[in-house]
Amino acid sequence: MNAIAISAPRFSIARCYALEAKHEFLRLLRAPSFAVPTLLFPPMFYFLFAVLFANRGGDFNAGIYLLATYGVFGVMAPGLFGFGVSVALDRERGWLTLKRALPMPPGAYLASKLAMAMLFAATIFAVLALMATTVGGVTLPTTAWVRLFFVEIFGVLPFCAIGLCIGAMISGSAAPAVINLIYLPMSFLSGLWMPLTILPGVVREIAPLWPAFHLGQLALGAVGQPTSGMALVHVAALAGFTVLFLALARRALIRNA
Amino acid sequence: MIDAKNTCCARLLAAGKRYGNIAALDGIDLDVRAGELLALLGPNGAGKSTAVSLLLGLTEADAGEVQLFGQSPHALAARRRVGVMLQSAGMPDTLKVRELLAQTRSYYPDPLDAAECARIAGIADLLDRRYGKLSGGQQRRVQFALAICGKPELLFLDEPTTGLDVEARQALWSATRALVAAGSAVLLTTHYLEEAEALADRVAVLARGKLVAEGSVRQIRARVAQRRIRCVSALKPETIGAWPEVRSVWRDGDRIEIVTDSAEMVVRQLLFEDSALCELEVQRAGLAEAFVEITREAA
Repeated sequence: MNAIAISAPRFSIARCYALEAKHEFLRLLRAPSFAVPTLLFPPMFYFLFAVLFANRGGDFNAGIYLLATYGVFGVMAPGLFGFGVSVALDRERGWLTLKRALPMPPGAYLASKLAMAMLFAATIFAVLALMATTVGGVTLPTTAWVRLFFVEIFGVLPFCAIGLCIGAMISGSAAPAVINLIYLPMSFLSGLWMPLTILPGVVREIAPLWPAFHLGQLALGAVGQPTSGMALVHVAALAGFTVLFLALARRALIRNA
Repeated sequence: MIDAKNTCCARLLAAGKRYGNIAALDGIDLDVRAGELLALLGPNGAGKSTAVSLLLGLTEADAGEVQLFGQSPHALAARRRVGVMLQSAGMPDTLKVRELLAQTRSYYPDPLDAAECARIAGIADLLDRRYGKLSGGQQRRVQFALAICGKPELLFLDEPTTGLDVEARQALWSATRALVAAGSAVLLTTHYLEEAEALADRVAVLARGKLVAEGSVRQIRARVAQRRIRCVSALKPETIGAWPEVRSVWRDGDRIEIVTDSAEMVVRQLLFEDSALCELEVQRAGLAEAFVEITREAA
């Protein structure tokens, strides 16, 4: 019945992109192994470490600091896992090959995954913001919220590039493990779980090697927390990581397609 | 000349493709003409998949030319006239059949009505199921639906009935016949020779990257003089096997089966040696025997 109602639509590239993006989002939302950790872990950690066991001494404001850094931790996941695992599976199972053979507009594949990652990022931002303003007791000026939102939405880009690169190189069954081995240590070493100032000096020194560190600093800057380095340098570093991993992904996709 | 170009959907011209120092395709010429079903046959590694990949723009030829409706296969306009069912196309498990169909239909300017498409492919009752929950045969039917949903002028079917039961295979065959009758061309690659025999207007046989035979099913069969004799007889296979005209012989229960180039001679000898012989049958070689013979010659 529904099928009759949607028959013979006008041909439009925009509709094609929209459907592609919608289905990419639905596909991952319906996969519990992706959706549950991605949407649940950031607010759960925030509740545990910023609300229940918050260290309320000194000038460290756990509620605001962790809002920024768990936000970054949260938005990394749709980029890394959303791209990494789904690209690896699509490649391995022949779905990517079929899509290349079909007359799909060439940009639709990546654009749909990017839209999916940004939509998940926006959801994670909204959930954390809700927790922070209610149980977290955080108050921030509107401009800070807007800045944080844009940092997190566009912050998914370098992680999409890294995910794409991993997905282009590794099998679908190995990808989740490999991504976790990158995701979790990088989050810790970038000061997303606890401030870098309380971590050993060597961790602080090598932090600029991690894309998550630069995004973390931008997010902390957005909510008025102390940061190290200039915002422009962090943006440039993230752009550099994005370009580098896109180039690596392109090479791997051509080789493994 | 102009006419031939107009009626040619897909063409390989002296197309070659090497992987390392192995020639997957060694300069072959192949045309798929409008409205015909061309079956591309060949043993594993003969170059069938490479030929399909070239025509769909999935791989680049290192030599010769590849055309899809007179254009490069990379041209979106050319591929909008094509439908594709590949050997392995595992779609996202969590998407519903309805969604997969809507998405693929959106790639085409004038797609088939979704309900009509589902009916032809026999998936009308599966539209709200998730792809990952379907059986292998149901998944193949969904893949077939996606292949035909754009009203293709040329349909690529790469081993379409692998994993289908007899009934589903027959249904896919009759849907394919209906499409050809309505004017679509089909390039079919298959392991099942009876599939080619049942469907093909024309057959092209590949072996080791070369085109070794091309023609109608009847022409290909006629290239092989072999015939098959079956009978119930007490004669020992070893005895029959020693006759000069006999290529091979084997016993299946009380039946004997003989392959020979000279059926008349062998039948005369059989009747002479065993007066109790009964249930005599003589058959011209099918495509299967012809195929074995042709690819053996090419080796």
